[in-house]
Amino acid sequence: MLPVLAELTGDISSIGKGIVYGFAAIGPGIGIGIVVGNAITAMARQPEAAGMVRTTMFLGIAFIEALALFGFVLAFILS
Amino acid sequence: MLFGLDFPPVSHLVEWPGIAGTPVNKVMILTAISAALVFIFFFLAGRKQAMVPKGIQNAGEAVIDFVEDGIVLQTMGPDALRWVPFMTTLFSFIFVTNIWGIVPVAQMPVNARVALPAFLAVLIFFLYNIVGIKSQGLGGYLKSSLFPPGVPKALYILVTPIEFITVFLVRPFSLAVRLFANLLAGHLLLVTFALLTAALFTAEAFYVAAALPFVALVALTGFELLVSVLQAFVFTILAAVYIGGSMHPDH
Repeated sequence: MLPVLAELTGDISSIGKGIVYGFAAIGPGIGIGIVVGNAITAMARQPEAAGMVRTTMFLGIAFIEALALFGFVLAFILS
Repeated sequence: MLFGLDFPPVSHLVEWPGIAGTPVNKVMILTAISAALVFIFFFLAGRKQAMVPKGIQNAGEAVIDFVEDGIVLQTMGPDALRWVPFMTTLFSFIFVTNIWGIVPVAQMPVNARVALPAFLAVLIFFLYNIVGIKSQGLGGYLKSSLFPPGVPKALYILVTPIEFITVFLVRPFSLAVRLFANLLAGHLLLVTFALLTAALFTAEAFYVAAALPFVALVALTGFELLVSVLQAFVFTILAAVYIGGSMHPDH
């Protein structure tokens, strides 16, 4: 167990990776909050349309989350 | 390593060795098993075509209804029903390859390695371009995708490069990276919490907090199930939107 844990030591580039992902997660966090909030309002105002609103909400979340994940993948590419 | 009973070294994130020197990988074996499973499921579901479906035919019809009503009819319109078999296969295959991440012996989501998502994204890229060229001609397709109607003429200097980058570069790249990065992030979280739980449980001293990473591991496994279904759905619905947009460019 310990040899595996010992491989996960950090160096100066891991600070850069953390900064990259940290900044990448701000925008999508706010964006997804806006999308889901508006979806909840829509579902509360018209419960019959909840199915369609929910589907569109998931689609919007996937688009926005892709941006945060670009930053995540970039943090791993940086060596 | 093959049966998920110990933890792989960190270098396996970027170096993918085969089993005992052969070029065959655990991911390749799981991909082949996923393809066989999807084929067997739909083959068995379609064998006896009773009017009132029961058993496996019921399950197969449920999947096809979900794809037809929720994906193809919503985004491509009623005249695109011949795309339902392709979308059903795509959705089922991506779902089965994602679900190996939480199955106890395999523990490896196939889409956590970028080869299969990249291949699927390139396939969808070729599909929506070829469908667009076939239905509108090469010049018509380029005109409708790079010069969208309803834009004032002076803005084309700004809009056309953006449209070009969007349609031909960003779409396949984002399709691949969305699927790959979601599954890779989930897999890394599961491995981290499992490693932490195992380390705390097998240490010489008794840690009171050893149960916390285990609870997080259970919660994350359930979350990974949701992510598997969601990413398969999103990939399929985006493929349907892109192909539908190539077929009918007006809306």
